Amino acid sequence: MSELLLNGIFLKKLFQWPYCKRRCPYCNYNKYICKEVDEERMKKCLIQELETLVHKSCVENITTLFFGGGTPSLASPNTINSVIEKAKSVGNLTSSAEITIEVNPTEIEAKKLKEFKDAGINRMSIGLQSLNLRDLIFLGRDHSVEDGLRCLSEARSLLPGQVSVDIMFGRPNQTMAQWVEELEQLLSVCDNHISLYQLTVERGTELYKQVKSDKVLLPSNNEMANLYKCAVKLLEGRGFEHYEVSNYAKDACYSHHNLTYWTGGDYIGIGPGAHGRLTVKDNGKYIREARTQTLEPYNWMYAVEKYGHGTTRSVKQGIYDRCVETLSSSLRTKWGISHPNWRKVNPIGLSKLFGSSDTINLLQSSDLLILDKRGLRATEKGLIVLDSLLVELVSVLHESLNK
Amino acid sequence: MKSWCQTFMKHCILRDQLFNTSKLNLSRRLVFGRYSSTNRDPSDNSGDRKVRKDLSEYPTERIRNFSIIAHVDHGKSTLADRLLEITGTIPKDDKNKQVLDKLQVERERGITVKAQTASLLYNYKEEEYLLNLVDTPGHVDFNYEVARSLSACQGVILLVDANQGVQAQTVANFYLAFEKDLTIIPVLNKIDLPGAQPDVVIQQIKSLFDIEDKDIFRISAKHGTGVEELLKTVIEQIPPPSGSRENIMRTLMIDSAYNQFRGVIALMSVIDGSLKRGDKITSIHSTKVYEVQDVGYMHPDEVPTDALYAGQVGYVLCNIRDSKEAQLGDTYFTPGTKVEALPGFKSSKPMVFGGIYPSDQSEFHNLKLAIEKLTLNDPSVAVHTDNSPVLGQGFRLGYLGLLHMDVFSQRLEQEYNANVISTIPNVPYKVKVHGVKNIKKYGSEVVTILNPIHLPNESIIVEMLEPMVEGKLLFPDDYLGQIMDLVMQSRGEILDQKYIDNKRLLAKVKLPLNEILVDFFDMMKSVTSGYGSFDYEDAGYEVSNLVKLDFLLNSRPVEELSLICHRSRARTIATRVCEKLKDAIPPQLFLISVQGAVGSKILCREDIKPYRKDVLAKCYGGDQSRKNKLLKKQAEGKKQMRKIGRVEIPKDAFVKILRR
Repeated sequence: MSELLLNGIFLKKLFQWPYCKRRCPYCNYNKYICKEVDEERMKKCLIQELETLVHKSCVENITTLFFGGGTPSLASPNTINSVIEKAKSVGNLTSSAEITIEVNPTEIEAKKLKEFKDAGINRMSIGLQSLNLRDLIFLGRDHSVEDGLRCLSEARSLLPGQVSVDIMFGRPNQTMAQWVEELEQLLSVCDNHISLYQLTVERGTELYKQVKSDKVLLPSNNEMANLYKCAVKLLEGRGFEHYEVSNYAKDACYSHHNLTYWTGGDYIGIGPGAHGRLTVKDNGKYIREARTQTLEPYNWMYAVEKYGHGTTRSVKQGIYDRCVETLSSSLRTKWGISHPNWRKVNPIGLSKLFGSSDTINLLQSSDLLILDKRGLRATEKGLIVLDSLLVELVSVLHESLNK
Repeated sequence: MKSWCQTFMKHCILRDQLFNTSKLNLSRRLVFGRYSSTNRDPSDNSGDRKVRKDLSEYPTERIRNFSIIAHVDHGKSTLADRLLEITGTIPKDDKNKQVLDKLQVERERGITVKAQTASLLYNYKEEEYLLNLVDTPGHVDFNYEVARSLSACQGVILLVDANQGVQAQTVANFYLAFEKDLTIIPVLNKIDLPGAQPDVVIQQIKSLFDIEDKDIFRISAKHGTGVEELLKTVIEQIPPPSGSRENIMRTLMIDSAYNQFRGVIALMSVIDGSLKRGDKITSIHSTKVYEVQDVGYMHPDEVPTDALYAGQVGYVLCNIRDSKEAQLGDTYFTPGTKVEALPGFKSSKPMVFGGIYPSDQSEFHNLKLAIEKLTLNDPSVAVHTDNSPVLGQGFRLGYLGLLHMDVFSQRLEQEYNANVISTIPNVPYKVKVHGVKNIKKYGSEVVTILNPIHLPNESIIVEMLEPMVEGKLLFPDDYLGQIMDLVMQSRGEILDQKYIDNKRLLAKVKLPLNEILVDFFDMMKSVTSGYGSFDYEDAGYEVSNLVKLDFLLNSRPVEELSLICHRSRARTIATRVCEKLKDAIPPQLFLISVQGAVGSKILCREDIKPYRKDVLAKCYGGDQSRKNKLLKKQAEGKKQMRKIGRVEIPKDAFVKILRR
């Protein structure tokens, strides 16, 4: 996968490592397949951009750090360490901060895990994807099932309680029986955090072409729903809390990085193609910006060397934009959005905006949505149809704001 | 005047429709033959006008007015070509032959229509004759136009393809001419073709029209074989027009075209008296007074003359700017004189109605302009503005028939690039209401209903009537069973049937117009393996057991989907529409029931189950902006959705149901 993220209490941070060894057929992320990476230059640029953007933003403390991809585990531990050190010096990154790296469990990279830990990494997200060799091959992964399991177990012994696994469902010809078996196997080896993603067909990918031309048959919507529901039930039965649409945690070992993300906090994206949301001060006024960094690594490095950062696009977010973003991200969690968090975005409260809408009342009486003194959230039943719910909510919001 | 090319176009479309040939590009076909060929400079004023012919030297005795009537593709245009050549209207030499051949190919491909003439000069027995070849539109929808054109004629050439034999349209055309008491010259064309079966076809003609073998001409229009003899026969057998120059002037408008610089160009048949440049004329229909600015005859382009005299046919320009004033079949006369209207005038009566809406509301204005422009040359289209809660502002257009509707909407799309949604056509029903108050409310005892929404309450309805057609079906007898089934399925009855040779049957049928609206032609072609032909004409209204069929979403009616149909059809139609609705309405957060009902009786039900899962369990990292943008767009799009109770119906769903 592909990102490099930093993150704080007012800020989290995402670091984007844009390189991969190979192109996965389903991935439409910004990544580059390149044999020779000028890592020294890359490192300098990451550090430079971090410094520039932290100064630009109103951040006081960086609370979490996330190295995403590309494949950040291809980067050297030294690079990772330099970024962490820089975050400490310019962003007051605390010693207790969650610092995650996405790991691609190939044999080579597994050896690096210890070095990553020594470099300051304290949480790992292992891109297991599947425990089925055929599917791994289909997904274009270059690790075997054994590689994955070995990597996972190594990570767990290094950072017990701080390891997450990514697993993907909705694979071609995936049957319920296989899925249950696979989940059982996963549960016997995993730590206390699981991210469960649905294989999605994105335009411009090899998979898209294959599906379009009927060379690959993915499960139907109905089968997809069954796979999803089955996983929710199974994982919950084993003590995993379904705390976000695709995330499950045991013993409250949530991904703090993502929680900031979901609750509408600021985050800085560093690296080619990274993006962030940060509050900047402009003529004495606080303005929230959506920033996107230059996609192509060489152009990005060139921009960073020249201007100190590689932002190509910076869009001011209005209240409506922020409301929509807050709804669409926070309602993905089981807690939804609290009244105080909402008011950070919009001084007009949730009850005032949504309380008197017939649509919202109908959704509530249908056991899909709850609006109460805690805030606004989807029920377990609502979470499964959240995308439709969101359209309803945004529609009501749009109407209320235009009144 | 326009009808040469228009007819040709209609032919092509008919051929496309009936014979499933490839769709030709209609717009390229619509070269406005005559007027484009004259290349007249719009600034051309009458000062430059050179009179090249004095038509006063042709008394009615030396005038013949005739038409060629034929089924599509039986060789009408080719025969016209030959007649033009023989009479020297267009030169014939080796070089020209090549040009003509080329033109013919062009015509076959439907690229252009060559200039056609109405007036031919021919020397017969030492005397020069003025022969006016009056074109007729070639299809059933334009029966009324054919009838009108024929009213300017004293005789017709009935052209039958020796290969294909008599077709339904041949029969219809024959009766039109027969009823008008015109001299009919039966002609067998394409006798040179290897597949010709003149004997069989002659038998058909004999049994159908009671015409003797010896009276039937055999020609090959393509090679010109027998054409000159035919021309002589036209002079010998067709009587001259009966009017007189001495009478008070009376003129019949038989066709019109519109030119933005010159206004209406009328094709007139002078029945009595004479029509000169500078004359003041008025018409029974419009009652306005016009001044004749230009008159002339077609040879084959416009040739100005001083006047047109009794019995002659030519063009007249008299500054009519509104094409609605130029009603075909209208009688023109000198203001202040008292004349009787000539037979042939009848406001065109729309038989079929269909909605036309712009795909995008912002295009409404352009669509309006396009319709206005098109109706200038086709005033028989009745235009009403219409407003649908889902499709927005649009038009409800009344057409003479199905083909007419097709021609019109295709022209809209192709010539004016209008992106339109055409709705399923319907027919005008009639409802008889009772009670003085109700009659007063509706303006009369019998109310015409175009839109089911306007159907009066059941309690005040005495009876309902639907439009009927009388059709002729011609087909090989092997298919009798299939044809009978088809007619039965279409709620029709076979009134009469007879053999026209030892193989082919002619069946006279009566059908509700509504039943042939959508796919009757196709079905007929399909069940007869392409050998059948069908033609129909208006047969008035008949009392019928009609019901209003409503569609309900979660028990609430969707007004714009209501329709009127025969009781026996209600369940089938209800089921079909409900299935379509089920597919067209996306699942929502709740269960949606889709029902078809007549009154309080539910005929069928489909359920649209709510989403089982509608959330993307996607991994993070991708920028949210795009997703949020989509979300905003979806939320705003909701406002444009039609809401029935809590069910939202996207416009697309309506379009899927309502579109033809």
